[in-house]
Amino acid sequence: MKDNSILVIVARFLIPLVMLFGLYVQFHGEYSPGGGFQAGVLFAAAWILFVLIYGLETGLRVIPLRVIYSLGCLGVLLYCAVGLMGVILGGRFLDYQPLLASPQAAQQAGIILVEFGVGVTVASVVMMIFLQFARRRAQSQAAGLELDQEQDRS
Amino acid sequence: MVLLVLLLVVGTAVVLTRDLLKATMLFAIYSLTIAGLFVILDAGDVALTEAAVGAGISTILILATLALVPAREHRQRGHNRPALLIVFITGAALVYAVSDLPEFGSADNPVHQHVGPYFIEQTYPDMGIPNMVAAVLASYRSIDTMGEAIVILTAGIAVFALLSVPPRRRQRAPDAKTRGRDEG
Repeated sequence: MKDNSILVIVARFLIPLVMLFGLYVQFHGEYSPGGGFQAGVLFAAAWILFVLIYGLETGLRVIPLRVIYSLGCLGVLLYCAVGLMGVILGGRFLDYQPLLASPQAAQQAGIILVEFGVGVTVASVVMMIFLQFARRRAQSQAAGLELDQEQDRS
Repeated sequence: MVLLVLLLVVGTAVVLTRDLLKATMLFAIYSLTIAGLFVILDAGDVALTEAAVGAGISTILILATLALVPAREHRQRGHNRPALLIVFITGAALVYAVSDLPEFGSADNPVHQHVGPYFIEQTYPDMGIPNMVAAVLASYRSIDTMGEAIVILTAGIAVFALLSVPPRRRQRAPDAKTRGRDEG
């Protein structure tokens, strides 16, 4: 869809805005509606729009496949690590109080870190699922499965 | 009220249409309408999630699936009467159950009597943040959220496991299909 200049220009304008809004939803989630889950989905949506406009190859040059897989796992690991930090520093699992001296600041730090982990995981999992479908389509076409013919036959 | 009527209309249209692309788009409208309803009910977090996931990502994923399958639904002859009966009875039971729900928005409802007041009173002194939803999700109930994150990762891995195998060339003619089965 690179040739359609209206789509390209609108997307060029929208993608940074969606990503910015994703970051806002991520890091402002304690004060306004939002959190890691929504932010991750928004961020992935921006990337998917990029892929729809510029193609899968360009999208994978921005974020390589390996990075997506690792980020998905790292998000969950960050979550668990924050939980274990509480245990190491003398509290219970996912107890944020020991992280910082002030209890309120400790809670906020814990929430921000944990939500960031969720956001990273959600964003990369959504990207990964979309990627699998898109690649499946390309592979099916390469393998000579003509989808349109099947449609006629049915 | 307008949104509820729109919801009914769109829902009926989703069921009736045979064009899967049209159904997908209508379903996105359905999700967006529900998100609007959540906004009216002051549930900003849920509305944001519904708009982003229901209207955005699931539409894209259904479209990605539609790129792999034929674009029209098979027309089925006749009705499955037992299924129709079960659906009708379940629907009637649900409508009957609605009359037993507590009054909407009443302060005496059980949902407002349990742990709700504790979170409302304690979130600001405990955390210093105004968004109670974030506080409950990420701090009071953080182990649940960890489970959710792991579920999402597991779902991603499952899709990866199902779709990462390259598709085999499918045999076209019916006799080729049986031959392939014999060889397998």
